[in-house]
Amino acid sequence: MHPAPSVILFTVLSGMGFGLLAFLGLGWPVPAPGWMAFLHWGLGYGLAVGGLAASTFHLGNPKNALKAFSQWQTSWLSREAWTSVATLVILAPVALSDWLGLGWPRGLGLVGAVLAVLTVGTTSMIYGQLKTVPRWHSPTTPLLFLGFMAAGGAILSGNALPALLACLVLAAALIAAFHFGDTAFARAAQTTGSATGLGRIGKVTVFEQPHTSPNYLMREMIHVVGRKHVRPLRLIALGAGAALPILLLLLPASPVLFALIAAIHLIGAAAARWLFFAQAEHVVGLYYGRR
Amino acid sequence: MTQLPSHTDKKLGLAIDLDTCVGCQACVTACKGWNDQSHGLSDQDPYGAEPSGAFLNRVHSYQVEPEAGAAQIINFPRSCLHCEDAPCVPVCPTGASYKRVEDGIVLVNEDACIGCGLCAWACPYGARELDQAAGVMKKCTLCVDRIYNENLPEEDREPACVRTCPTGARHFGDFADPDSAVSRLVAARGGYDLMPDLKTRPTNKYLPPRKKDRPQEASVLAPLLDIKATGLAGWLDKVLGKI
Amino acid sequence: MNAPVINTSPAVSDEIRKTTCYMCACRCGINVHLTSGKVSYIEGNRDHPVNKGVLCAKGASGIMQVTAPSRLRNPLKRVGPRGSGAFEEISWDEALDLAVSWMKPLRETAPEKLAFFTGRDQSQSFTGWWAQAFGTPNYAAHGGFCSVNMAAGGIYTIGGAFWEFGQPDWERTKLFVLFGVAEDHDSNPIKIGLGKLKERGARVIGVNPIRTGYNAIADDWYGITPGTDGLLILSLIHCLLQAGKVDLDYLARWTNAPLLVNGAEGPEKGLILKNAESQPFVIDRRTGQPAPWDGKGVEPDLGATWQGHRTVFQHMAERYLSDTYAPETVAARCGIPAPRIRALAAELADVAFNQAIEITQSWTDFRGDHHETMPGRPVSFHAMRGISAHSNGFQTARALHLLQIVLGTVETPGGYRLKPPYPKPVEAHPTPHFVTAPGKPLSGPHLGYVRGPEQLALKEDGTPARIDKAFTWENPFSAHGLMHMLIPNAHAGDPYRIDTLFLYMANMAWNSSMNTAKVMEMLTDKDASGAYVIPRIIYSDAYASEMVAYADLILPDTTYLERHDCISLLDRPISEPDAAGDSIRWPVTEPDRNVRGFQSVLLDLGARLGLAPMVKEDGSPRYKDYADYIQNHIRRPGVGPLIGFRGADGSKEGRGEANPDQIAAYIANGGFYQAHVPAEGLFYKPWNIAYQDWAVKTSFFESPQPYLFSIWSEPMRKFQLAAEGHGAIQPPDHLRARLRQAMDPLPTWYPPFGDEEAAGWGYPVHALTQRPMDMYHSWGSQNAWLRQIRGKNFLYVPTRIWQANGFKDGDYARVSSPNGGITVPVAHMAALNENTVWTWNAIGKRKGAWALDDRAPEANEGFLLNHLISELLPEKGDGLRYSNSDPVTGQAAWFDLRVRIENVGPKPHAEPDFPPIPRVVPKGKARANKARTEKDRA
Ligand SMILES: Nc1nc2c(c(=O)[nH]1)N[C@H]1C(S)=C(S)[C@@H](COP(=O)(O)OP(=O)(O)OC[C@H]3O[C@@H](n4cnc5c(=O)[nH]c(N)nc54)[C@H](O)[C@@H]3O)O[C@H]1N2
Ligand SMILES: Nc1nc2c(c(=O)[nH]1)N[C@H]1C(S)=C(S)[C@@H](COP(=O)(O)OP(=O)(O)OC[C@H]3O[C@@H](n4cnc5c(=O)[nH]c(N)nc54)[C@H](O)[C@@H]3O)O[C@H]1N2
Ligand code: SF4
Ligand code: SF4
Ligand code: SF4
Ligand code: SF4
Ligand code: SF4
Ligand SMILES: [Mo]
Repeated sequence: MHPAPSVILFTVLSGMGFGLLAFLGLGWPVPAPGWMAFLHWGLGYGLAVGGLAASTFHLGNPKNALKAFSQWQTSWLSREAWTSVATLVILAPVALSDWLGLGWPRGLGLVGAVLAVLTVGTTSMIYGQLKTVPRWHSPTTPLLFLGFMAAGGAILSGNALPALLACLVLAAALIAAFHFGDTAFARAAQTTGSATGLGRIGKVTVFEQPHTSPNYLMREMIHVVGRKHVRPLRLIALGAGAALPILLLLLPASPVLFALIAAIHLIGAAAARWLFFAQAEHVVGLYYGRR
Repeated sequence: MTQLPSHTDKKLGLAIDLDTCVGCQACVTACKGWNDQSHGLSDQDPYGAEPSGAFLNRVHSYQVEPEAGAAQIINFPRSCLHCEDAPCVPVCPTGASYKRVEDGIVLVNEDACIGCGLCAWACPYGARELDQAAGVMKKCTLCVDRIYNENLPEEDREPACVRTCPTGARHFGDFADPDSAVSRLVAARGGYDLMPDLKTRPTNKYLPPRKKDRPQEASVLAPLLDIKATGLAGWLDKVLGKI
Repeated sequence: MNAPVINTSPAVSDEIRKTTCYMCACRCGINVHLTSGKVSYIEGNRDHPVNKGVLCAKGASGIMQVTAPSRLRNPLKRVGPRGSGAFEEISWDEALDLAVSWMKPLRETAPEKLAFFTGRDQSQSFTGWWAQAFGTPNYAAHGGFCSVNMAAGGIYTIGGAFWEFGQPDWERTKLFVLFGVAEDHDSNPIKIGLGKLKERGARVIGVNPIRTGYNAIADDWYGITPGTDGLLILSLIHCLLQAGKVDLDYLARWTNAPLLVNGAEGPEKGLILKNAESQPFVIDRRTGQPAPWDGKGVEPDLGATWQGHRTVFQHMAERYLSDTYAPETVAARCGIPAPRIRALAAELADVAFNQAIEITQSWTDFRGDHHETMPGRPVSFHAMRGISAHSNGFQTARALHLLQIVLGTVETPGGYRLKPPYPKPVEAHPTPHFVTAPGKPLSGPHLGYVRGPEQLALKEDGTPARIDKAFTWENPFSAHGLMHMLIPNAHAGDPYRIDTLFLYMANMAWNSSMNTAKVMEMLTDKDASGAYVIPRIIYSDAYASEMVAYADLILPDTTYLERHDCISLLDRPISEPDAAGDSIRWPVTEPDRNVRGFQSVLLDLGARLGLAPMVKEDGSPRYKDYADYIQNHIRRPGVGPLIGFRGADGSKEGRGEANPDQIAAYIANGGFYQAHVPAEGLFYKPWNIAYQDWAVKTSFFESPQPYLFSIWSEPMRKFQLAAEGHGAIQPPDHLRARLRQAMDPLPTWYPPFGDEEAAGWGYPVHALTQRPMDMYHSWGSQNAWLRQIRGKNFLYVPTRIWQANGFKDGDYARVSSPNGGITVPVAHMAALNENTVWTWNAIGKRKGAWALDDRAPEANEGFLLNHLISELLPEKGDGLRYSNSDPVTGQAAWFDLRVRIENVGPKPHAEPDFPPIPRVVPKGKARANKARTEKDRA
């Protein structure tokens, strides 16, 4: 699948944002009223909203965006719209209370935190539901998204232990995703032979493409990544996304350290997300003899 | 709307004969022409280095190498299969993508589409292309604006690609009716589904190429006689029935 | 939410106008939809005899053709050096005055100094008429580089050809064998026909080195070695003869098989024996005595020998029964194992003789013999350039006709059927006219069918009368001229110098020339005095093609929806076996540029030059425009360009006075007209009195023209005799040997010229081109839809060569021939003769042409094979370079090309990489005909 840099950056950022919002909703920590709270909540909202806003830039026809709320019964994308907006709305009073030190009860925060998790869950299911992309159609997809959410949120909220645990889970999720992902396409057992039904006659290969200039399908769904790029990127994803943060989290905590960890984690998350897209192979590529 | 109907009254679709398709691309441009005049199908950089536009029908060409015997070329048209369990429909967040109850045609309501592309991701068959100018998803409509069109003469109420196909490799009809011409064709020729394990239950069927390259048969051409022995004169007599 | 309410009955357009497609020469009927006065949609006309409603990929993209940014806009006059692209726009009056100022002095002094050649047009009876009126012998259309072998091979054998002049009996044939066809001019009819066969489950066999398109759907594929079809076919005949599976009755009645061949040594040897009345005769089986060839009730004896003279049948049997043609002898050369050859022969025999059919329809033949039924042998064949574009193509075409003849399948039910005005014997065609006189028209048409050396277009001194050397000893039967020799000969001043080259609709600076780079040099070459070697070039094109830059004066044409055209029975009509047909184009939309239909311009030029048939007695123009000509021109009494709606009231068919409302009547009838053959005349046409009478009535002949198929060709034998030293008109000595070989009166096979040398010099691989179904030569690339489908081409390489060179996807190959080298992208193809490479024809474009971006794939990765092909064969030690053409007809031997291939790894673009040609129209940006938006529709 086409790894659009903006989509990668923004899904990564909004994942972290919802993670941070979840921790703040849980009151873990409750930032000091005033600037401190404003900064914490502001960062969470900024990342989450920014990501959502960016996703609308990716729409061909954003003027209809509101219609995306209509199909929550079947569509994970519609569900994501609901959960994300609900999260942002429900957490608003909590944020206000924290900022202005109003001391309102935190019940809504708990609800908001659950919704934040659901939001990221729905996002992951947008990908995870697709049988057409075997690498995504796997439990590792929600695991990855939630892992990044938890790790990013914990790091940004300065929670060392949860961050450590989340990074461990994330590392496992990444390894599992890489491991099972690499064989997912083969296990889905679709070939140009089954895509065309001509496999029963013999070995099927492309003679001529249906068009010599590329089209939407090829740009969107067929992206060939060289093996030599994959290995270092996987190391970066695993190293910067989980391993290095784990090591650094063992050091005495300080805001500067957390900022550093967040930056490193972000690099890893971006690399992982790039791979998530770039390595995902859509079955339509079989018609073009490419994946 | 993105819930798939549990039942459709008809199952309209195409049976495409791979034994007959010569890969001429006529159906591709006829489809482009019809849908361009009716809904618009834009092209980007049309005279430039990388011209690219939305088409609803594409014709591939494959090479198939059997275990024994000569390699073959098989041309393969690809457009929306109007699946019964169309995965492109439930994923749509806006309800723009839907399957009609009356005839099973899968359509995009362009007025509701946000151009998120998710339906195209969900379709295994590459049947959807996002129009880069309009920003909305385009797909084969089974020429819903032809097949019932009272402004067209009766005989023209069939898809543009079917009407134009010079070899008659494309057949349009109702697969819900076991007696329809398409149903009978599929039964007779062993029409099949693409990627059946994905459980999309396509309406369109492909008729497989007939068996090619007959093994050499013992010749029915027995020489009349040993020409070397009898010479031309003997042969002439034999052929002309003089002996 | 409920399903949206959609309008399933939108209005399609305001109006439909029915005319004729011209995205290629197939001439399908189209319904052009207009919305707010603009073309909005094009579909096939269901009533039209050619396409019956269907369209090909090109036809359905016509809207992108008539809105293409590459359309020329104004007459142009060259102001800078040739090829520099420096043109100024001028008015039509200036343009026509300039042309007249060049042409008039030529006509008054030496009309041959104007050479008028037309390319892909469909008005040859009109352009030829113009050239005849001008008085130049130098006129031809593109047939010489196209498929004259097919045309001439057919005419000289069965009085009709493959090409689009006949077709298999699609309704009845049970076995169809296709030789060397990728697309042909009958694009849609062949596809429709194949569809019918597939529907019935009839068998289709493809003989072609490449298995794409029609051959891909063939049930069986014979991946023959290029240039060896003749051998394969004669081997099939060998097998059939050996087994006695030949249609003796058919041979005896309808062919010259029972005629006697003069066996006496001397100047008559090998000619058909004639009686005292100069008539050929047969030996009647009933009496053993000579009897008239056309005598009622005569039973010709195929095996007769009379006074030492033997029948054609005996000669034929002796020739083909020989081991030379045994499958085992030819197998290796043809690349087809002997058992497969025998299996194919067996299949032909089985269908022809064991599955024969019969139509219950009585008829009477020209001998007066009455027949109750029409028996048929349901085997049919079709062939095109795959056999004709070789230097042995004429004889191969003859061989294929002979195969049809021995199976008894020509003009019988289930077999091959000719379309009126064919069948038509050689004798009913004109002979070439070429004698010029200042200020005078030519005495007759330029092109024709030569019957003997005395009809060659030679001057008194024996030198060629025509600039292209057509109808000379080098190519006696060049019935279509040799357009591919025009520029090289004009440049070399051989046989003489000309002044003005007048070209129409032929991209000679690119895809229709051999050795393209060299041709571009010839066009711009100057002599010692600094003058252009070819002094003047006038060109008519509708688009900014590669050729435009090389002209001095451009006469911009309209597009096909903007003008009148006439697809005439005098020329290349749209007949079907069951009906004669002709059609028109008419301006369904008005040009938005300062352009004029070329035919109207030609009439205007003719009037300005004062050419007799184009001016009235008072010197004023006789015809207002081409439409006026179409309706009012009278070729022979009662016969004009169109056969339909003749006579003052439009009620006459075929013959009748001019009708001032004829075009209106055609428009009302969907743009075409059909005259139906009576049921009694539908088969056995050459011999069928009902057909012959109908043909006379419908104006094809002035009297019935029954004839026998020519297994033994007497015109050919006359040339052979000359080569053997007989007769007053003698060939030059260096041509004797090849004339003896090529002018064999019985179909024969010899290796393509240069074949053995090329292989010996290290060019072992055959290189071919094929027509893509979705592109027409150079025109398609300007089409925004089609160029997305096919904007670049690859050299397809068979598995053996692919592996031997270690090719990978993305690699380029250096491809060399004796004529030069090109560097091109490769792709693998398994379904390909193992010693053949190929590519799609004419996808490669020159940068700057066709209003495309300089970075267009067509101009960077796209390429032509033409650079590797020379119009002259390499010198072989005798100091002479022969034209790369068939020695009988002069047909350009495109497919004789032999190459060598090396892997050069990935490259950024193909080579040669010419600098851009200057633009004569701006580069295209947005699509001109934007789709209607939601708003427009509301
Ligand atoms: N390598 C290789 N070369 C080949 C062949 C091959 O098989 N292999 N085939 C050969 C054969 S058979 C042929 S026929 C030739 C064809 O080659 P050409 O005769 O050159 O044919 P086109 O490329 O169709 O171009 C004809 C010109 O007509 C112009 N034109 C189009 N429409 C109109 C119109 O309405 N009016 C006017 N005035 N001009 C118009 C086009 O712009 C173009 O410049 O190519 C030959 N060249
Ligand atoms: N779409 C489209 N249609 C066209 C044209 C076009 O440009 N585009 N051009 C028109 C013109 S001008 C012409 S002349 C006709 C030509 O129509 P075709 O005769 O179909 O011409 P080509 O495409 O040159 O195809 C020649 C075929 O012969 C095969 N071949 C080559 N050498 C041999 C051989 O030695 N033996 C055998 N058995 N096969 C061989 C090639 O593989 C190829 O399939 O098409 C006309 N129709
Ligand atoms: S129009 Fe018919 S023959 Fe041509 S590509 Fe389409 S399906 Fe095949
Ligand atoms: S082919 Fe694709 S777009 Fe069409 S119904 Fe099936 S899944 Fe949907
Ligand atoms: S692109 Fe349009 S039709 Fe497709 S899922 Fe998105 S909103 Fe629905
Ligand atoms: S049915 Fe209509 S929309 Fe669908 S592929 Fe055919 S022409 Fe295109
Ligand atoms: S074959 Fe195609 S391009 Fe040629 S006349 Fe017919 S529709 Fe037009
Ligand atoms: Mo041609």
